[in-house]
Amino acid sequence: MSVIVYTENWDGLFKKQTFEIATYASKLAEMLNTDSIAISIGNVAEEELGKLGNHGIKQIISVTDDKLKHFDGQLYTKVIADIAVKESAEVLVLANNNCGKALAPRLSVRLQAAIASAVHELPESVNPFKIKKRVFSGNAVSLNELKTKTKILTLAQNSIDIEEMPEAAAIETYTPDLGDLVSAIEVQETEKQTGKVLLTDAEIVVSGGRGMKSPDNWAPLLELAELLDGATACSRPVSDEGWRPHEEHTGQTGKIVAPNVYFAIGISGATQHLAGVSSSKYIIAINNDKDAPIFEAAQYGIVGDAAKILPQLVEAVKELKSS
Amino acid sequence: MNILVCISHVPDTTTKVKFSENNTKLDTAGIQWVINPWDELSLTRALELKDDAASGVKKVSVAHVGLANTEPTIRKALAIGADDAYRVNAEAFDAHQVAAELAEVIKAGSFDIILCGIESSDYNGSNVGGMLAEFLGYPSVSGISHLGIEQEKVVITREIDGGKQQLTLPVPFVGIVQKGIAKEPRIAAMRGIMQARTKPIHVSEPKAADAQTSVLNFEPPEPRADCKFIDPENPKELITLLQNEAKVI
Ligand SMILES: Cc1cc2nc3c(=O)[nH]c(=O)nc-3n(C[C@H](O)[C@H](O)[C@H](O)COP(=O)(O)OP(=O)(O)OC[C@H]3O[C@@H](n4cnc5c(N)ncnc54)[C@H](O)[C@@H]3O)c2cc1C
Ligand SMILES: Nc1ncnc2c1ncn2[C@@H]1O[C@H](COP(=O)(O)O)[C@@H](O)[C@H]1O
Repeated sequence: MSVIVYTENWDGLFKKQTFEIATYASKLAEMLNTDSIAISIGNVAEEELGKLGNHGIKQIISVTDDKLKHFDGQLYTKVIADIAVKESAEVLVLANNNCGKALAPRLSVRLQAAIASAVHELPESVNPFKIKKRVFSGNAVSLNELKTKTKILTLAQNSIDIEEMPEAAAIETYTPDLGDLVSAIEVQETEKQTGKVLLTDAEIVVSGGRGMKSPDNWAPLLELAELLDGATACSRPVSDEGWRPHEEHTGQTGKIVAPNVYFAIGISGATQHLAGVSSSKYIIAINNDKDAPIFEAAQYGIVGDAAKILPQLVEAVKELKSS
Repeated sequence: MNILVCISHVPDTTTKVKFSENNTKLDTAGIQWVINPWDELSLTRALELKDDAASGVKKVSVAHVGLANTEPTIRKALAIGADDAYRVNAEAFDAHQVAAELAEVIKAGSFDIILCGIESSDYNGSNVGGMLAEFLGYPSVSGISHLGIEQEKVVITREIDGGKQQLTLPVPFVGIVQKGIAKEPRIAAMRGIMQARTKPIHVSEPKAADAQTSVLNFEPPEPRADCKFIDPENPKELITLLQNEAKVI
């Protein structure tokens, strides 16, 4: 028996979410009286792999193969499923990001394993296996029973704290058996965003809505985000108007984010917007209408004109940084 | 080339969800049902491709797993412009069961591109598309923000964590669609609504696929603490609170 965690790397490095799922998998393994094993696909140096041991991972299975250079759901599923069978996995844990969302359902069919996606806490019980997840775009939580022998979970970002549980993790290399499977996907071009904090990774997100009034007013918002090492975001009308790029739009039909702090500046707080941001730890609302629904979702609020308040916040953060 | 768009039928996101029978069932009273927003966008893109003769798309169909009471949603998809529809006559319990039933429809038909949305806005699973691809043994691409057809090859932009990728692939495949695929959902015109009445909905009985999960109960999300208001004359206080009270900066 084991708990298997699929770890993704970005140019050979792990991210915070990798250590979140490692921590989660190790704690789950404790509940099940078993060990957690990590799978890594791609070129990751031993030193980086070893970091997984800090979060309770007992064994690391490292897979490198040229055929796995680009992400392909079909091929990756084969590799992970083979290892899961070899290690008698009882639960597989993946991040609820693009790759995790692509792999988990395929693995579920391959391994006849029931799935709970975007879970945000450990199971309530493991036998029977009962776990909570958010449903209806964050408007409710459901308690679900997974009825198969093997189970698959994807963990929502920023939902658990990373913990130190040092283990001397053994690293094992694994040669995948891909037979004549080749990827049908031909990658023509990859564009990576560099230098900027990615919206889906950010601990702090500063987001602007129609209350910002004009695309020309964004400078203090951008500055605030930069000072806080945060990312910038916006509401849908703002990206529809072309005030900000489409990648920044959060909400039901945009990106779903769950940072530590989400600043909603001049955003009314429509349900469709909240659907993408309501899992944030803290929502800070700045709005000149005291009855705006965003204040119902927020922990801190300022009723006032964004154009006046933003520069003062920038000033305050600068002072904080220089003190 | 034929496109199949899998559509789920979900409560309009502005509906306030309520539960009945001791919080074990969704209370459907007063719920406005709509086509899942992503599926509406996939359908729009499929129809745009069909409108462009160079794409080679001949037919756009929709498929849905649901009981007869979901037919208004299917008719809406026909009114928007789908040529025909497939409905598996079963209540949808979980993604596994839905994907297994959809796979049967696809095996019995002739579809080159199968489109699913990234997630349905009700149970937020993000699972049907990937499961369907695995049941069919087809490649899948998720996070699709652009879909085109050039010389019988499908040209896709997919969002990856931290960037974008341009790729091509042959059919058949399952595409899992997200934002960007179409700008605005196409809406039904009067003529479309009239035509939809006579377009075929092929109904099939389920092959009784099992659900692997069950919902034991629902609860409203944990209430958030009341909002603490900061004097607009002194916004700097916010930064102090974030540093000393919330300890997040
Ligand atoms: C199917 C569907 C899906 C959708 N998906 C999304 C989605 O994913 N994301 C999304 O964001 N929206 C989405 N929407 C749109 C959503 O319903 C709202 O229309 C949108 O979120 C409103 O954006 P906003 O808050 O920027 O603008 P508004 O609603 O216009 O709000 C502007 C706010 O700014 C305040 N304001 C005005 N002047 C100032 C000032 N000087 N200083 C401070 N505050 C000021 C106002 O009081 C107001 O509260 C969707 C809608 C539908 C129907
Ligand atoms: N009952 C259903 N019938 C047909 N397609 C569905 C159904 N439920 C979900 N889908 C498809 O699967 C996608 C993702 O749904 P889900 O996995 O439930 O989040 C939706 O956008 C639809 O394309």
